[in-house]
Amino acid sequence: MFVFYGDTISLFQVLSLVLYLVLAPFAGGLIAGIDRKVTARMQGRVGPPIVQPFYDVAKLWKKEPVTVRTGAQDFYVLCCLIFMIIAGSFFFFGFNLLMVIFTLTTASIFLVIAGYSSNSPYAQIGAERELLQMMSYEPMVLLTAVGFFMVNSSFNSATILTSPYLSIQYMPGLFIGLVFVLTIKLRKSPFDLSMSHHAHQELVKGLTTEFSGRTLAQLEISHWYENIMLLGFVFLFFTNGSWLMVIVGIVVVIVVYFVEILIDNVCARMKWQFTLKSAWIITLIFGGGNLFVLYYLRGYLWMASQYQ
Amino acid sequence: MAAITKSPWIIHYDGSSCNGCDIEVLACLTPMYDVERFGIINTGNPKHADILLITGAVNAQNIPVVRQIYDQMPSPKIVVAIGVCAANGGVFKECYNIAGGVDRVIPVDVYVHGCAARPESIIDGVVKGLGVLAEKQAALASGETDPDVSGAYLFDPVSYAEKGDIENGDAEGAKDRSEAEEEAAK
Ligand code: SF4
Repeated sequence: MFVFYGDTISLFQVLSLVLYLVLAPFAGGLIAGIDRKVTARMQGRVGPPIVQPFYDVAKLWKKEPVTVRTGAQDFYVLCCLIFMIIAGSFFFFGFNLLMVIFTLTTASIFLVIAGYSSNSPYAQIGAERELLQMMSYEPMVLLTAVGFFMVNSSFNSATILTSPYLSIQYMPGLFIGLVFVLTIKLRKSPFDLSMSHHAHQELVKGLTTEFSGRTLAQLEISHWYENIMLLGFVFLFFTNGSWLMVIVGIVVVIVVYFVEILIDNVCARMKWQFTLKSAWIITLIFGGGNLFVLYYLRGYLWMASQYQ
Repeated sequence: MAAITKSPWIIHYDGSSCNGCDIEVLACLTPMYDVERFGIINTGNPKHADILLITGAVNAQNIPVVRQIYDQMPSPKIVVAIGVCAANGGVFKECYNIAGGVDRVIPVDVYVHGCAARPESIIDGVVKGLGVLAEKQAALASGETDPDVSGAYLFDPVSYAEKGDIENGDAEGAKDRSEAEEEAAK
């Protein structure tokens, strides 16, 4: 443990940061591969090998660059990747959750700008839908951070990780809400409006229509980093400093991801109106309701401590 | 092995086929044949695609479309012509508006036989094309210039009609026409 500008930084934090930077692309790529395999099995197909996403990225990396507006578009996608990595680094280093969320938003905004900067109508409509998606999930993600603060008295993910309070006990509503918006974040049906993993949609490939070769590969890698961080968020609900809960947390993360794949496979795509409305209603009921209860619980506990 | 042979993404275009071969292309994606096990994805987007699957003999109106799609695909890329129509025009060969085969418009790397081509042979054709794809990538990596541009294949329907006349044994007709044109020019 050492002190850096007045903050104590543990070796564990540094280690988890390094592990994230090195391992997240591998883990993220594997998860994407398993996702495709499970999806194929659900549809009665054999499916690609689990390492398929790595083949895809390796191939894309060697393709001829054909971007029309090279300066703008490729730069914005690169920024998206860099900010995604920074956001994840903040999270795994144990920084402020709000900081993580705002950096994540910056990354997404760069993606939207990249979509707008191409002159393809498909990409531009995709970018508009991406903005709508951000509008849908952003409030819920922020409320989750607030919930973590109310339970653990800190926004720092390192503190939340080691605090003795089991967050899920106090914020089950926020958990349900977060899993709901995770469907949007992971770009699963019914909310894969802006871009889709599946072919022949009305928007061709939506936001990514004009990305190709290396740019597309960078975007794919940024998804891997992002997904690992999002699953980290889910994991954070199940930590109270004990090893048992670490195992429980990992199991829950796997179950949540499986449920997302299932939802992806049984749902048709919805319109953006439904996405926005349902996400906000869920945010209000589960997120807001949970915070409301927490707020009174804290007040009650505070009063009880005064009268002892 | 080059990664490109493990992750060939396709785009499919119907250049005025009877739709028979198209249905067979789509059949390859079903659980029955499941081409995704080879990493093949139907992208529907030329900028993501490595392989252009094209059916039909290509008519005068979709010549620019085919060329546009082909030119938008980043190299290395291959074209697989599916069905007899795509090979030489097939039953549509003698139509006035038909180019008579995909290779009159863009370079073709693999021809898949059949009317309609069976899904098995389509998959065979694509897998055969992977070797070509790997060769092309190696060639590009060693600094060779990209031969895959549609410009060299400029197709002029009128002169083809004359050529068609000759090919079909109607040399007289071709002569008549060229004479008539010369007259008109005078
Ligand atoms: S080859 Fe036969 S089935 Fe295929 S497009 Fe031509 S006519 Fe139709």
